[in-house]
Amino acid sequence: MSGSSVRDSIDDLVDIAGLHVDFGTPSRPLPAVEGVDLSIGAAEIVGLVGESGSGKTMTALALLDLVDFPGRIVAKRMAFAGRDLVPMRATDRRALAGRDIGMIFQDPHASLDPCYTVGYQLDEAIRLHGSAHERSNTGMRRERALALLRDVDVPDPSVRLSAYPHQLSGGMAQRVMIAIAIAGRPRLLIADEPTTALDVTVQAQVLALLTRLRDELRMAILLITHDLAVVAEVADRVVVMYAGQVVETGNVPALFDGPRHPYTRALLDALAIDEHERLPTIAGIVPAPNERARGCLFAPRCTRAAQRCEDERPALVRGQGGSVRCHFPLRSE
Amino acid sequence: MLAFLLRRAALVVPTFIGVTLLAFALIHLIPGDPVENISGERGMDPVRRARLLHEFGLDRPLPVQYAAYVKDVLRGDLGNSLTTHDSVAREFATLFPATVELAFFALVFALVVGLPAGIIAALKHNTVADYAVMGVSLTGYSMPIFWWALLLILFFSVQLGWTPVSGRIAVQYDVPAVTGFMLIDTLLARDPGAFRSALSHLVLPTIVLGTVPLAVIARMTRSAMLEVLREDFVRAARAKGLPRWRVVIVHALRNALIPVVTVVGLQVGLLLSGAILTETIFSWPGVGNWLIHGVQSRDYPVVQGGILLIAAIVIAVNLVVDVLYGIINPRIRRA
Amino acid sequence: MRSAQGIPREVEPASRFVELARAFAQGRGALVGVALVAVLGALAIGAGFIAPHSPIEQFRDFELAPPAWQTGGSARFLLGTDAVGRDILSRLIYGTRLSLAIGAISVTISLSIGTALGLLAGYFRGVVDTAIMRLTDVTLALPSLLLAIAVVAILGPGLINAMYAIAIVLVPHYVRLARAAVIAEAGREYVTSSRIAGAGALRLMFATILPNCVAPLIVQATLGFSNAILDAAALGFLGLGAQPPTPEWGAMLASALEFIQRAPWVVTSPGLAILVTVLAFNLTGDGLRDALDPKLRYTRA
Repeated sequence: MSGSSVRDSIDDLVDIAGLHVDFGTPSRPLPAVEGVDLSIGAAEIVGLVGESGSGKTMTALALLDLVDFPGRIVAKRMAFAGRDLVPMRATDRRALAGRDIGMIFQDPHASLDPCYTVGYQLDEAIRLHGSAHERSNTGMRRERALALLRDVDVPDPSVRLSAYPHQLSGGMAQRVMIAIAIAGRPRLLIADEPTTALDVTVQAQVLALLTRLRDELRMAILLITHDLAVVAEVADRVVVMYAGQVVETGNVPALFDGPRHPYTRALLDALAIDEHERLPTIAGIVPAPNERARGCLFAPRCTRAAQRCEDERPALVRGQGGSVRCHFPLRSE
Repeated sequence: MLAFLLRRAALVVPTFIGVTLLAFALIHLIPGDPVENISGERGMDPVRRARLLHEFGLDRPLPVQYAAYVKDVLRGDLGNSLTTHDSVAREFATLFPATVELAFFALVFALVVGLPAGIIAALKHNTVADYAVMGVSLTGYSMPIFWWALLLILFFSVQLGWTPVSGRIAVQYDVPAVTGFMLIDTLLARDPGAFRSALSHLVLPTIVLGTVPLAVIARMTRSAMLEVLREDFVRAARAKGLPRWRVVIVHALRNALIPVVTVVGLQVGLLLSGAILTETIFSWPGVGNWLIHGVQSRDYPVVQGGILLIAAIVIAVNLVVDVLYGIINPRIRRA
Repeated sequence: MRSAQGIPREVEPASRFVELARAFAQGRGALVGVALVAVLGALAIGAGFIAPHSPIEQFRDFELAPPAWQTGGSARFLLGTDAVGRDILSRLIYGTRLSLAIGAISVTISLSIGTALGLLAGYFRGVVDTAIMRLTDVTLALPSLLLAIAVVAILGPGLINAMYAIAIVLVPHYVRLARAAVIAEAGREYVTSSRIAGAGALRLMFATILPNCVAPLIVQATLGFSNAILDAAALGFLGLGAQPPTPEWGAMLASALEFIQRAPWVVTSPGLAILVTVLAFNLTGDGLRDALDPKLRYTRA
């Protein structure tokens, strides 16, 4: 079942249930992702929010089967467009990458190969995932490359084709990354911290671009970020993760109006600058994978923690508008 | 790019001057009478000695002597060997192709075996294959290469009788030296027997000389690949859906080659050092062998000329490598 | 190490050493290397007691005797004898003393000179720096063996001269390292505060900056040890280093080619000794470098 009961789960583009990603051994587990359920509807923008160490990137990588050894993926169900990836052969699973699911990363300069031109790297994607027509010859591929660059608002695309990544600005490089990612017309774009490494003005442009692409291409976006402000701007739904677990989900307006998990509340508070012009922080740090406690993982940092919180792990409770994992949520449904 | 090239070329000049100073100083630092050392004659009567002193210009002040020396060097005159009385420069030119042929094949051997070994070790990090490559590599550059040569000779030449022990070609073949490169010359002379003989004579020396560069290249490739494989763009390339071989070779290796090229360039100096030892053991008629005989027989013009020329070649090669590095690293090329 | 607020604390030098030792001990190769070095050191020191015979005594009745496990061999000469009847095992053991001495002396000389020059170059910059760096470039332009041969050509063959030659060849590496380290450290706060407190240039260089640059120098010194042994053996092999009857391993191989068919044991053991010794120091040096790696950037020029 997905986080919202308003939508039927059959419509979901992505339906992940019970995802575990573990980096340890059976005797000494090191869970990066624990029992995560995640669903994304077609052309829906879902924000996946959490601090570093929350497991949000690992969840996305699991979907693309890009988790490196020694990480192991175990899931009850990982469905994309109705097909369950779990029983599939690895080669079939990896065939989704680039074609049905695109991914862009945080640092665009680090994500582009510094030794090859923009045109070359675009061409690689077009050769693999372009339609037969687009792939047919060099001229057609160049046309498609130029069209992609125009789609992502890159000015002077023909000049940019022969540029090297280090010659591009941060915003430009990120657009190129997006162009490469959508070359195969994927139905889902995973954006891992796409604006974190960019200037504030450029951030807004890139977010607007992503929204526009969602509308034009009917493409869902999994927007991974630690910044709730970004989520507030573009996302339809939010999934909040902490220490490898989902702690709250909900529609954006509802969650921002009234968060139910104390962690979400704390994240929202951190957005505001208090009257002394200091950014409030959440005391403490995310527990490392080998330090996971018996009770609620957020309890050590929670201002509302009671004895029950330290003894018993709360389960994820689903409701009308979303779900929450807390013994004492901030408001009831 | 041009600025980079000019700057890099400009650095060569002071280094080369330094090397000429060293070569020049060599004669004057040798204990004993310089006149005797340069002429090779001992126990001359004072009249002859005075005349030779003047003839060699040894009575002039040192800076003047140095200037004259540099002028001679730039003209190509490096004096004559005391043993053969031949021009040092000409002897070097005749023998150098033999050394080049050996060094070339040794480098090819090192690359052909070392690069894939390093790549495989990186891809199979922390497995048996990785440890095997690292272990062999470590042994390779911890070994004295003259001992390695002796072991190979013991096994392949003495016990198995597969390869010859010395020289470039069997004695019965008399191949006219057109290029100086035996393999090419035997082909030009259309003598398949001679070609085969030249080839079999190349095998052991190539392996011996190429072993240390192989070890270094394997190690360097492995560590460069390991670093590159951790980079974001490798993960991004996989997320793009590129097949694994393409990610490894087109993207990872291409980036890893940048530091590897620098290392390969540094190997040239090592190859020339190693050539000295390898040529001595296999009686390979190259400049290394020639230089050692010069040292052993106190043929100082040979020693002086040999050191100067070899150093000049190493400097030139390092310059070429730096330029190559500038070409394959786009950040410098399009700076 | 993080405090409760998640802010990393500055690591003190004392605990840095402990961390280093721990990291070093994690590399199994490094431990093997150190153990080997210890064994070799013991052999070198105790050569007089351990070796069954004198290394230069010739047993004319037993020339080219095979090792004990082959036919014709005896337990008296466990590894056989050479062309003039000297016991190979004893020569190997005394050779350990020689090789370790060569390594230690060469490295000490070049380390001292190189570090001093590097400190001067890095600290004073300007003309001093340029002069020293040009000198270094010239020395590095020549392949090390070639330079060593040149020096020996000047000074004449012999073990002592070989040591000088090798020391000279190793100097530039230390100069570069020390200079890079000084340049990196010179801008740091503890240097500035020392200077403000009135410390003179010499004191700054040696007492303040140097202790913090020690680590990469130690790694290079260990690796320099193995280079020194290999170069000394090469010179010995070429007849330019140790002269007979000195039991230097390289020299023992010099005439081996003649006997390679009749008496292969003359060839195998000295080379093996060199290999094991060089391996020991390389393993140790690698272990040290890996232990220091994440903390130091100087080694990447």
